[in-house]
Amino acid sequence: MIKVSRDVSELKEDIYIIEIMKGLGVTIGHMFKNMFDLSKLPVIDYPNQEKGIPEGYRGKHRLTQRENGDPKCVACMMCATACPADCIHIEAAETSNNAIEKYPNRFDIDLLECVFCGMCVEACPVDAIRMDSGIYSMVDFNRRDFVVTKNELLAIKPQLESTKALDIRHPMQKYK
Amino acid sequence: MDLLDFGIIFARAIFVIVFCLTMVPVLIWLERKGAALIQDRIGPNRTSIGFLRLGGLIQIIADAVKIFFKEDVTPGTVHKFYFYLAPFIAGFVSLSTFAVIPFADNLKIGGKLVHMQVLNIDAGLLYFFAIVSLSVYSVVLAGWSSNSKFPLLGGIRASAQMISYEIPMGLSVIGLMMIYGSPHLNDMVQRQGELLWGFLPRWNVFLQPVAAMIFIICAFAETNRNPFDLAEGESELVGGFHTEYSSMKFGLFFMAEYISMVVSSGFIVTLFFGGWQIPFLTTELLTNYAKPIIQISLVLASLISFYICTNLYTYHKVHKNRWKDSRDYEGLIFSVITGIASIIMLVVLVLMSYIDLPTWLPPVFTLLAQVASFVIKVFLMCWVFVWVRWTLPRFRYDQLMNLGWKSLLPLALLNIFVTGAVILFLG
Repeated sequence: MIKVSRDVSELKEDIYIIEIMKGLGVTIGHMFKNMFDLSKLPVIDYPNQEKGIPEGYRGKHRLTQRENGDPKCVACMMCATACPADCIHIEAAETSNNAIEKYPNRFDIDLLECVFCGMCVEACPVDAIRMDSGIYSMVDFNRRDFVVTKNELLAIKPQLESTKALDIRHPMQKYK
Repeated sequence: MDLLDFGIIFARAIFVIVFCLTMVPVLIWLERKGAALIQDRIGPNRTSIGFLRLGGLIQIIADAVKIFFKEDVTPGTVHKFYFYLAPFIAGFVSLSTFAVIPFADNLKIGGKLVHMQVLNIDAGLLYFFAIVSLSVYSVVLAGWSSNSKFPLLGGIRASAQMISYEIPMGLSVIGLMMIYGSPHLNDMVQRQGELLWGFLPRWNVFLQPVAAMIFIICAFAETNRNPFDLAEGESELVGGFHTEYSSMKFGLFFMAEYISMVVSSGFIVTLFFGGWQIPFLTTELLTNYAKPIIQISLVLASLISFYICTNLYTYHKVHKNRWKDSRDYEGLIFSVITGIASIIMLVVLVLMSYIDLPTWLPPVFTLLAQVASFVIKVFLMCWVFVWVRWTLPRFRYDQLMNLGWKSLLPLALLNIFVTGAVILFLG
């Protein structure tokens, strides 16, 4: 038979009161420390202040543009095929530019279907779709508005370099 | 019985009800804010009426409005009469228990002795136990009439728990009754104004520490608060006895919990922490030396007010552009208000040294000071309830029963014997 020895004295725990006093001491210590200085709390004042996003974070999609403002996309359907959630809907059309032949007439992404896996970005042969916008909070009033169209996707700018430099550590790590 | 008598009775009853009901939102605020600070969070701080945030106190108004306008669902399978009755019992019991607590010393108005408690009965303590034990009916009825598994389990747990903890609670105060020879609460409080060994207020917590500990633990159990909230047990019983309740019927249970917290704190304070007594200041002292005491308290109040004023101003300077609406000016406005208040207090202080006090003022000042002392003590005791709730985890059921029957009950009996022996040998 294996006997397990416990380090703590059992009597001390069985009479509760000492351990309870210790616990109460810990909590009141936290309370007094926080009551006089709210600024050091390990929390973020969220809507007013945002936590930074790590590099490579997969946010809302965007379509990249050529120099003349046309989408880089050639409507090859690689992304739509790779998409596991089947949320990309492309309608191809012919273009006069012989070098690319096709361009997307419509390019819709249903954000409610999307699982943000990044497969479309991997699949794209011409670097037309990216997820580096840094937008993680997508809010709207009805479901139809979550289907983003080509022009909206083209308008989204990449995440600025300056916001990438934010301290992205978890607030608890900063809290002593 | 003339009109004055009726007026006094009415005023006392209104005071008690208003006090209990206003304490509810304050306690909910205290609970949320205290929990937040204990857990290194900030807590509610955004809701506002114009510039008014009051540190999250406005949130309670939003919550109250929400709970009033929610849909009131009554499940089809409940026993309707008892289902509706249960929250009313909860509210009624917790409000009516407060009736016997004295909140100030007896006052002489026109040669008449006015008792500052709603019910001035000799059996004050017995009344408390009689009414408090009714509160188990609300939980049991709610649990049974809901006709559902989880509320029933919660109700059964609660009834077993409350009955078990009533016994050590009742036994713990027998020591007090032996010392004072009466269960009348105001007598007990008046005797607690004396001094013990010349320097310590003769509070019962120093005379009967074991009884105080048992009573406080049992009060936690009676109010169904953590660590004894097995009746709710939200992690194992969904919501316990109030699972099927919604809207204001749930709100009544919720309010009853906080009111019974106030009432229990009131009793703990009255029995063990000197009730309305201000330490070292007896009623005679307060009445006879009203003027210097008012002056000293004005100086202190003015200093505190000035301190708050400067702190609020620095707060305003740091958080100038936080909300980008009128909420930004809250700190400034309150800083100005407290600053003006502190100046007014100083002016009153200077004016007071030139005039004599009218004769009616000292008794009124005594009354107000004692009520304030009582309210502050109750508030601090309520804070202990909150503090314990956010420190301790819930007891397991067998631990709960072990603690009640095997620890508290023998301890309470031992306390009676020791008290008896001490009274017998020391006289």
